[in-house]
Amino acid sequence: MMSFDLSIPGQLSLALLPELVLAVGAMLLLLIAAWGRESDARARTVGMLAIVLSLITMAIIVWMWLSGAKATPGIIAVDSFRWATDLVILIATIITIALGLDYARVEQLVSAETYVLVLLASAGMMLLTSARDLIMVFLGIELMSIAVYILAGVNRRSAKAAEASLKYFLLGAFSTGFLLYGIALIYGATGSTDLATIGTKVTGATIGSQPMLLAGIALLLVGFAFKVAAVPFHMWTPDVYEGAPTPITAYMAAAVKAAAFAALFRVWREAFPGALGSWHLALWWLAALTMVVGNIIALVQKNIKRMLAYSSIAHAGYLLVAVVANNQLGSAAFLFYVLAYTLATMGAFGVVIAVGEPGERHQQLSDFAGLWTVRPWLAAAMAVFMLALLGFPIAGGMGFFAKWYVLQAALDATHPETGLAVLLVLTSVLSAGYYLAVVMAMFMRPRSADAPALRPVRTPTFLVVYASAIILLFFGIFPGGFTGLARNSVPTITASAPSASPPTAVAGR
Amino acid sequence: MPNGFVYEFLFYLFGLTAIVSAAIFVTRRNAVAAALWLVNTMFCLAALYIMMDAQFVGAIQVLVYAGAIMVVFLFVVMLLNLGLPPSVADIKSKGARIIALVAGLAMLAELLVLARQKLPAELPWLPRETSVTTPITEPLFRTYLLPFEITSVLLLVAIVGAVVLAKRRS
Repeated sequence: MMSFDLSIPGQLSLALLPELVLAVGAMLLLLIAAWGRESDARARTVGMLAIVLSLITMAIIVWMWLSGAKATPGIIAVDSFRWATDLVILIATIITIALGLDYARVEQLVSAETYVLVLLASAGMMLLTSARDLIMVFLGIELMSIAVYILAGVNRRSAKAAEASLKYFLLGAFSTGFLLYGIALIYGATGSTDLATIGTKVTGATIGSQPMLLAGIALLLVGFAFKVAAVPFHMWTPDVYEGAPTPITAYMAAAVKAAAFAALFRVWREAFPGALGSWHLALWWLAALTMVVGNIIALVQKNIKRMLAYSSIAHAGYLLVAVVANNQLGSAAFLFYVLAYTLATMGAFGVVIAVGEPGERHQQLSDFAGLWTVRPWLAAAMAVFMLALLGFPIAGGMGFFAKWYVLQAALDATHPETGLAVLLVLTSVLSAGYYLAVVMAMFMRPRSADAPALRPVRTPTFLVVYASAIILLFFGIFPGGFTGLARNSVPTITASAPSASPPTAVAGR
Repeated sequence: MPNGFVYEFLFYLFGLTAIVSAAIFVTRRNAVAAALWLVNTMFCLAALYIMMDAQFVGAIQVLVYAGAIMVVFLFVVMLLNLGLPPSVADIKSKGARIIALVAGLAMLAELLVLARQKLPAELPWLPRETSVTTPITEPLFRTYLLPFEITSVLLLVAIVGAVVLAKRRS
């Protein structure tokens, strides 16, 4: 049993061992990338080493989780919620780098720094999931965002990528302003940036008479809503997701969203449960609007990347339902949902890369027509991903249980969120319109005569696509072990009992 | 806190100069002239900080904002060689101007509301220090050592990113 005293710098750095290993390793890889002439072989080596580094970091996290690491209350959390989200983020990182290796070959990009930037962005996300101080939340978000702004524009030959990068940068900087202003106002109202201390200061009775605090919470919510692309702060998403290189789009849709949601979850659960009355309605509408608008606009998309962008907006809405529920079950549902969503979305983007042609062409729905006749297994995997995103039982694997647990959490809340639950089911039915359209195109329509012959599927994409599909199906049939784990991975709830880790943290393993 | 006529006179002098300079700054067409008016605003703010017994922040304001950042601004203006375009203003349409006006008025209203709240003259959680730098160094190198270190990683990412984006197209 490890226990860290976070007030001692040495022990603090031990508690941050995974982040340190990842960040220092990424800097070493940067040196390798910059040493000597730039070449395709070197970039591939750096990519491979980046995957190895991510695997080592995952091993350290699993080891720390299993040994039941704990810590005194402090600037970072040492609990299983952090470990679980970190593992999802690292899985997404490995998938991104693997897809990136393939993508670089198709698009003839040579940039070893891409992989280093992905690793550093992931280090930022891991800091974000552990943050128990608003300053750490801010720095984690910035470290993640700045790296991703650059990654979106890493393909210098594509005008669309440049547009995506600039648009993401400008709107991201704008939203950071909201976030920072909110943090400043909350500090002004409570005198602290520490989540637990804010939690003790924010109590129901006096909220109404504290406009500064309310304004701070509202601005913080706007900042987070930008990052997770919730309606009405989603305007940047489709253009950015369509323009960015496909592996980076997958990374943004899965890892960036998961990390921002984890921070939103922790901040709302540790700092603002006392103000539930004042933010509940805002989050309720945010969740409802995001589900409805995301799904309706996704229905009319013909470009698969754009369709997946709107689908990711819709999924942000489903995840917001878990945040609104604000209970133990909500945290468990959140973790399960994030893993299922990450695997399904990134797998789908993997198929998009396998089907696409250089220059990001052939990403229309019609290019998937008759895929079953030429690449039956690829079509089957894509069908699993689409059904998982839809939340279809059995064939959709984990996707069904993911939505099921969110529904359970919503109905189990102190004030049951029946309205949101109904809306979730209705919009999911609506989403069948575009998810099943892909499945129908692949299986029921003939391959068009002028469709080019598909490139052979390369090893990294092959591994990513089929491993994701198999994991989705496996845990869809045996969700039990995983949910027990997720259920025990709940963050510290109230500031009155600020033990950094629940004692039953590893009981579910 | 020193009160009296001189203090008040200096406060209004620097405060009004800052506001007027800022107004001139946003209305200039020439980018260099605008940047220099912004320097003037920064200097006035530095003077206000020093009057509030925050000499260190005042000095940093002059060094970092009025010095380093404005020099970079001027370098960019010089390298881009903007000259005098017919209209630099990004906000052209009437609708955008009205939105900007409404947003500005909302900010003003918010400030007035916040000003009506009775703020304590001295924030209770900030101990009154005689030293100028201790209140800054103590949190920076003890309580918030970790965020301070993360900032260096953040800057590294920004530098690497700038090189990646600016490098010759491969």
